Amino acid sequence: MEHIRTPKVENVRLVDRLSSKKAALGTLYLTATHVIFVENAPDTRKETWILHSQISTIEKQATTATGCPLLIRCKNFQLLQLIIPQERDCHDVYISLIRLARPVKYEELYCFSFNPKLDKEEREQGWMLIDLSEEYKRMGLPNNYWQLSDVNRDYRVCDSYPTELYVPKSATAHIIVGSSKFRSRRRFPALSYYYKDNHASICRSSQPLSGFSARCLEDEQMLQAIRKANPGSDFIYVVDTRPKLNAMANRAAGKGYENEDNYSNIKFQFIGIENIHVMRSSLQKMLEVCELQSPSMSDFLWGLENSGWLRHIKAIMDAGIFIAKAVSEEGASVLVHCSDGWDRTAQVCSVASLLLDPHYRTLKGFMVLIEKDWISFGHKFNHRYGNLDGDPKEISPVIDQFIECVWQLMEQFPCAFEFNERFLIHIQHHVYSCQFGNFLCNSQKERQELKIQERTYSLWAHLWKNRADYMNPLFRADHSQTRGTLRLPTTPCNFMYKFWSGMYNRFEKGLQPRQSVTDYLMAVKEETQQLEEELEALEERLEKIQKVQLNHTKVKSKPSEPSKHSGFSTSDNSTANTPQDYSGNMKSFPSRSPSQGDEDSALILTQDNLKSSDPDLSANSDQESGVEDLSCRSPSGGECAPSEDSGKDRDSDEAVFLTA
Amino acid sequence: MEFAELIKTPRVDNVVLHRPFYPAVEGTLCLTGHHLILSSRQDNTEELWLLHSNIDAIDKRFVGPLGTIIIKCKDFRIIQLDIPGMEECLNIASSIEALSTLDSITLMYPFFYRPMFEVIEDGWHSFLPEQEFELYSSATSEWRLSYVNKEFAVCPSYPPIVIVPKSIDDEALRKVATFRHGGRFPVLSYYHKKNGMVIMRSGQPLTGTNGRRCKEDEKLINATLRAGKRGYIIDTRSLNVAQQARAKGGGFEQEAHYPQWRRIHKSIERYHILQESLIKLVEACNDQTHNMDRWLGKLEASNWLTHIKEILTTACLAAQCIDREGASILIHGTEGTDSTLQVTSLAQIILEPRSRTIRGFEALIEREWLQAGHPFQQRCAQSAYCNSKQKWESPVFLLFLDCVWQILRQFPCSFEFNENFLIMLFEHAYASQFGTFLGNNESERCKLKLQQKTMSLWSWVNRPSELSKFTNPLFEANNLVIWPSVAPQSLQLWEGIFLRWNRSSKYLDEAYEEMVNIIEYNKELQAKVNVLRRQLAELETEDGMQESP
Repeated sequence: MEHIRTPKVENVRLVDRLSSKKAALGTLYLTATHVIFVENAPDTRKETWILHSQISTIEKQATTATGCPLLIRCKNFQLLQLIIPQERDCHDVYISLIRLARPVKYEELYCFSFNPKLDKEEREQGWMLIDLSEEYKRMGLPNNYWQLSDVNRDYRVCDSYPTELYVPKSATAHIIVGSSKFRSRRRFPALSYYYKDNHASICRSSQPLSGFSARCLEDEQMLQAIRKANPGSDFIYVVDTRPKLNAMANRAAGKGYENEDNYSNIKFQFIGIENIHVMRSSLQKMLEVCELQSPSMSDFLWGLENSGWLRHIKAIMDAGIFIAKAVSEEGASVLVHCSDGWDRTAQVCSVASLLLDPHYRTLKGFMVLIEKDWISFGHKFNHRYGNLDGDPKEISPVIDQFIECVWQLMEQFPCAFEFNERFLIHIQHHVYSCQFGNFLCNSQKERQELKIQERTYSLWAHLWKNRADYMNPLFRADHSQTRGTLRLPTTPCNFMYKFWSGMYNRFEKGLQPRQSVTDYLMAVKEETQQLEEELEALEERLEKIQKVQLNHTKVKSKPSEPSKHSGFSTSDNSTANTPQDYSGNMKSFPSRSPSQGDEDSALILTQDNLKSSDPDLSANSDQESGVEDLSCRSPSGGECAPSEDSGKDRDSDEAVFLTA
Repeated sequence: MEFAELIKTPRVDNVVLHRPFYPAVEGTLCLTGHHLILSSRQDNTEELWLLHSNIDAIDKRFVGPLGTIIIKCKDFRIIQLDIPGMEECLNIASSIEALSTLDSITLMYPFFYRPMFEVIEDGWHSFLPEQEFELYSSATSEWRLSYVNKEFAVCPSYPPIVIVPKSIDDEALRKVATFRHGGRFPVLSYYHKKNGMVIMRSGQPLTGTNGRRCKEDEKLINATLRAGKRGYIIDTRSLNVAQQARAKGGGFEQEAHYPQWRRIHKSIERYHILQESLIKLVEACNDQTHNMDRWLGKLEASNWLTHIKEILTTACLAAQCIDREGASILIHGTEGTDSTLQVTSLAQIILEPRSRTIRGFEALIEREWLQAGHPFQQRCAQSAYCNSKQKWESPVFLLFLDCVWQILRQFPCSFEFNENFLIMLFEHAYASQFGTFLGNNESERCKLKLQQKTMSLWSWVNRPSELSKFTNPLFEANNLVIWPSVAPQSLQLWEGIFLRWNRSSKYLDEAYEEMVNIIEYNKELQAKVNVLRRQLAELETEDGMQESP
C-alpha cells in the first residue's frame, strides 16, 4: 500500500508497561490494516495485532541510547511502547501510521477488506438478525395510540432519522413536518420506547428552536399528541439532559428549551449531563491516571476524582433512573432531548429502556437496543469515534459511557443480565475497529448510500455466533432480578459507581483478578450440561441392560434377586458412597475434565478467536483468559500461568525493593 | 448480681426501633446484663438482640417528651430507638453507657454465655503449638520447641511454647530477650517447605543511642541462615522512625553487627493514625449527602486504602524474599505485635496454600495473632465511633482481614472460606459471646482461665452447620504461591464491611446463592453419573459372566 513507507522493522522492543525493565524483542510489521509485533522468543512467538482504526495517538519520544521510542495509544485503551533501533525507521513507521490511522475515505476502512469467509446468503442473514420492525411489534406497536409513519420516507423530513418511525396516531403529517421545522436538525419528537404495561412512552427529539420567545403551534400539538397517546396520565415530562446554563446559552442562538407556559400539561426538567467536550477531556484525564507508572493510592483516587468521570457516569444513570421511574411508577410519558438529540439523548433513552425492560438485558435484546437508540436514530459514530479523519473536537466517548453504565448496573444486579462483561468490552472494541459495517457513518441514510449491508458484514451475527463466550452464568430467565424493572435504591449512593479497571486497564492483565468467577462458572455449567447428557445416556443403557437381564432371569428362571440386588445397590451407593465418590471426583476432576470438556472448550475458544477476525482481541485477551480459565480449574495444569504472573509481580516488587 | 445496679430501667414499652433495611418496629425494650433486647409482641417480627459490648457510642436527642437514642455499633451499624418519656430515655442511655464500658473482663458476656449447641470439638485444643510444630518437624530438624517462657517470665506477651533454632539454648534466649523490645526475642513464624527458608519475627533490638549489641542475638538469627546465604531484615517502620526509636532505647540492627543481613525499611502506620483513618472512612461511608466527587475525595482522605496497599506491598515483598530470592527474613517493627503480625500472616496467605483453607486460616490466627500476643483487648476496645483518644485502640486486625479480602477478591477460587468468614472474625474480635479474643496475650488469658470459664469461638465455628456458611463454593485447592496485585486499580473498598449497613446486599446475596446452586447441581450430577457408571460396569460384568457359561 502506498502509505506504508517501511513494511517491516527488526529488533524492535515492546516495553512491558508494568515493569520497564522487561521488554520483548521482536519484529514489527505494517500491513494495510494492522500493526503487528511478533516476538522473537522461539517458544512463544507471541503476536500483538493492532488495527489501524484502533490507533488514537502516536507519539514519537526523544531518542535514547537504546533507540527511538514510539508510543501508540489505542481507542480500546491499549497502550504500546515500542523502541525502534534506528531513528530513520522510527520516523518511517511514525509517518506511515499517522496516515494509516486516519483514513480519509470509507473505502479505506477494514470492513471493506475484511472477509470472514461467509457466503452472500450468510452475510444477508447476518444483517437480518436484528430487525427493528420486529422490535416495535414486540413493544405492542402499532396499536390504538401509535402508528408507523412514513413521513420520513426517503429521509425527506430529517436526514439523520430512520425512515420508519412511530408517532402518536393523532400527529398528522402536517403536525410532524411543522414540529420538525421547530427542532434542531429537524429531529422531531418520535417514539423510542413504549411501555406496554401502562401505555407510557419515551420519546426523543432535539432541542426546540425557541430562542427567547418563538413558539410553534405544530410542535405544541406534537407534544399534546404524545400526552394523548397515554390515556393514563394528564401530563408529560420534558427532560432536557443538559445543564440549565448550557440550555439557556442556546437560546441566544435561537435554540433552547420548552417554555412551560406555551405547552399545555408538560413538566419540564433539567438533568445536567455535560457536553461531549467535557466528556472527552474527562476521559483524557482519567486515562492519564490509568497510565501513571506505579501511582500511589492517593495519586490514583485524586486523579480519578479530578477527572470527574464517575460523576458524569452517575449523571447519565440518574437521568435514566428518573425517566424509568416516571414511566413505570408515575405512568407518565417522557420526551427526552439535549441539543441535537443524538448523544446524551441516546445515552439516557437506552439506560432508561434497559432499566424498564428485561428484554434489553438479554444478549439479543441489547443488540436491538443499540441498533434502535444509537444506530437507527443517527448517533454520529463516524464523528464521535473518529473512524475517518475529521474534526478532533467531534470525538467523544459517548457510547463508551453508555457501555460503562451497563457495567455499573451489572455490578449491582449480577443476575439481571444475560451477557457478561466480555460482551460489553467486545462491543466497545468494535465501535472503533471498523471491522464490521454496523457502526459506520453518521446516519442510516449514509449507510444506505454506501450500501453497507451489501459490502460489509454485521457485528451482531458475529457476536451471536460466539454467544457462548458472552453468557453470564448467573443469569436465569426466571430469576427475580431478571424480571420487570430494575429498581435502584432511592437514596443517592455515590459509592455505587466504581472505576472499571476491566475496561480501562484491560490490557494490563496483572491488574485484573487472576481468577475469573465468570469463566469458572461457565466451565462448570458446560460440564453440567455434558453430565446431564451422559446421565441420560447412562440411564438409557442401564434400562436396556436391565431389560435384557430381566429376560435372562426369566429364561433361566432365576429368582428375581439380581435385579432386586441392583435396585438396592443403587440406593446404597447413592447414600453411602456419595461423599466418597464426590471427593474422589473432585480429585480426578482436573485430569478428567480437560479431556472431556474444559480443554476442548478452551481450545475452541482460542482457535475460534484466532480465526474469527479479532486477531487483536485474541492475541491479547481472550486467548489468555482461556488459558487462565483452565488453570484456575485445574491446579495441576495451571502452573505456568501463575508463575508467569509471579514473574510480573516480582519485577513490580523489585522496584519497591530497590527504593527501600 | 452487680449488673442490677447498672440497670436503672430494665424495661420500657412502646419503643420504636429503626435500623437499616428493616421497617420500623414498635415493641418492648429490655436491658439485661449483657444484651439490649427489643421484641415486638407480634410473633413473626424479628427481635433485636444486641450485645452491650458491641456498642461503640451512643447519642441522645429529645423532641418534647420523646427521646431518641442513637446507638453506634462496633460493627459500624447505626440503630435508633425512640423512647417515650424523658426519664426512661435518660435511664436507658446511662445504663447502656455503663454496661457497654465494663471495666472488668470477667464481667464480659463470654463468662456468662452458656452454649446452646453440642460441642463436637473443643476449640481451645484445636490448634496446639506442638501439633503445629509437627507440621514443620517432618521437613526440618533445624528447629526445636522451647519452653523457656513457660511461666511467661522471659516474655510476657509470648506463649509458653515457641519455636527457635535448635542450636540456640534457653539460656541464650533469656539473654536475647533482654535485648529485644518487650522481651520478644526472634522466633519462627513460618517455614517454607519448598526451599527451607523461614520468616522470623521479634520486637525491635534495644540498641539505644550508643549502639548496644548482643552477641547471642546475632548468633540466634545467624543460626537460621544456611552457609553462605544472606537474609533480609524487614523493619516495618521507615528509617526515620526507626532512628528516632533509638532515643527511646529502641533501634534497629546495625549492618556492622549483622553483616549477613540486609535491612529494608517499609512504613506501615500504627495506632492512632490507623484509628483516625478508620473513623474518617466510616464517616465517609455513612455520609450520603455529598456528591460523587466528594465521595472519592473522602475515600482518599481517609487513607484507608493507602494503608492496605502499604501492608500488602510489604507482605508481598516478604513473600518474594522467601520464594523468589530464596532468602530467610526477620520481621519487626517496634513491639512486634501489630504491623509485624500483619506482614508475617499475610506473607503466609500468599506462600502457604494451607493458610488459605478454613482450618489453616484459623490456625494462622491462633498462631500469628492470639499466641503471638496481638493485644486484642486494647486494640478492639473501641471502633470507628469512639470519641476517647486512647492511643492503644487501632484497627490492626481489621486491616489484616481487609488485606485478606483483597487477595480473596483477586483469587476467588483459591480460598476455602468466603467473605462471610472474614466478616464473622471481625465481629467476634470486637464483641463476642466467645472467649477467644479476650485478653491481650496468652499470659492474660491463662490468668483469666478462659479455657475453663468460656467457650472458644472455634468450638462453634467448626461445626458442620456453621462451616457451610463460611465455605467458598468456588474453592479448588491451589498449591501455588499466589501473587496479588497491589496497584491502586486492583484494590477496592471492602463493601461487605464498610457499606454493609448503607446499601442493600439483596441482589449480591441472590447472586451468591445462584452461584452455590450452579456448583451444587454440578456436584449432584457428578455423583449420580458415578453411581450409574459403576452400576453399569457391575451389570455388564455380571452380564458377561452370565453369558459366558
